[in-house]
Amino acid sequence: MSAPTLDRPAAGSPDEAALQRQFEATIAADHRIEPRDWMPEGYRRTLVRQIAQHAHSEIIGMQPEGDWLLAAPSLRRKAVLLAKVQDEAGHGMYLYSAAETLGADRADLTDKLIERRQKYSSIFNYPTLTYADVGVIGWLVDGAAICNQVPLCRSSYGPYARAMIRVCKEESFHQRQGYELLMTMMRGTPEQRAMVQDAVDRWWWPSLMMFGPPDDDSPNTAQSMAWGIKRHTNDELRQRFVDMTVPQAQVLGVTLPDPDLALDESTGRWRFGAIDWSELQRVISGDGPCNDERIARRRAARDDNAWVTEAATAYAEKHRVH
Amino acid sequence: MSTDLTAEGGHGAVPTGPEVPTAPSPSVSRRDWPLYEVFVRGKRGLNHVHVGSLHAPDDEMAVHAARDLYTRRNEGVSIWVVKAADITASSPDEKDPMFAPSGDKVYRHPTFYEIPENVPHM
Repeated sequence: MSAPTLDRPAAGSPDEAALQRQFEATIAADHRIEPRDWMPEGYRRTLVRQIAQHAHSEIIGMQPEGDWLLAAPSLRRKAVLLAKVQDEAGHGMYLYSAAETLGADRADLTDKLIERRQKYSSIFNYPTLTYADVGVIGWLVDGAAICNQVPLCRSSYGPYARAMIRVCKEESFHQRQGYELLMTMMRGTPEQRAMVQDAVDRWWWPSLMMFGPPDDDSPNTAQSMAWGIKRHTNDELRQRFVDMTVPQAQVLGVTLPDPDLALDESTGRWRFGAIDWSELQRVISGDGPCNDERIARRRAARDDNAWVTEAATAYAEKHRVH
Repeated sequence: MSTDLTAEGGHGAVPTGPEVPTAPSPSVSRRDWPLYEVFVRGKRGLNHVHVGSLHAPDDEMAVHAARDLYTRRNEGVSIWVVKAADITASSPDEKDPMFAPSGDKVYRHPTFYEIPENVPHM
């Protein structure tokens, strides 16, 4: 069963121009659009795409760190990691819930992910080779996600903005546990410090790619910003992330793998080197190190657990009050 | 590089080209359990407030799932769930005439009545 969808005037009907004006006035006043409001089909489509791929990213994002659940070095670290991975599942659920208010169907979105008809973030196609990767994901990947997500708390679509407020509250724990893990390792043996540096070397550039293509190559940005779905451009957010992260790297005692990284004294901002966009393109189009593995595991989770769904449905059916 | 990429989803870059379908397909899967709306009382003295939705096979499982999904950090002391299909709402457009009459009845508000300054406690 999908969310109750409500009648909308057919496209091109005489009322549509008035509805469009009302929609634009709501956006212009920085008020929120709610599920029952009329909205242009492009707005609805953009939101469904964006929220669904965000939800898919949270769900697939459980896998790289989930790989370390059984190998975490202490009960404390295991409990923390378990809580974090559970949060990622929760974030996916909040977002699917928001997508359903737009008329999307949750099971249908999952099918589209598994059949590779919808995508998720490129970052989760990289492997977690050592335990230090768990810390670096919390620090850099969740740090980049926070940069992207905090402005989305003011997104023009009410259910999406409310879901993002919930997500952002929880992401802060994710980033801090990662940084604390890395600080602990940096106080350890030379081998542990080398492990942290190696993880930073591997995750730094993919983290910068998380913000998407440069502004002059991002044709959808203008429309999304006009609609209030997006509040800052990719390059603005990327720069903000770099400026926040460089001092954190200095405190941690690691080197960011970019020889061109330098403080611009006139602006107080950090200049960084050229990003290899062909790598992003390659990983996005399915040729990353772990794309096949991620999808295969998501498919197995759906198929292998189908009997639980069916049993619960049968039980509910049997006990339904007629 | 190709231009059909975005990072709008908050969690990183993904493609947006025409090959990426976005509209809900008409033949939606029927596997899914009913949709429930979830309401949480944050603490004693507050109303239950809508927090989101989830799918569950029955009412009892919906409460358990809501506990795990929406109150992992002491966000509430009480949960209500109700099937979304059982909710009757005022109207598709919240600006419709249903709410117009209350705009006319300004005499329902205390500020409608003029009381001299020297009258205490009013």
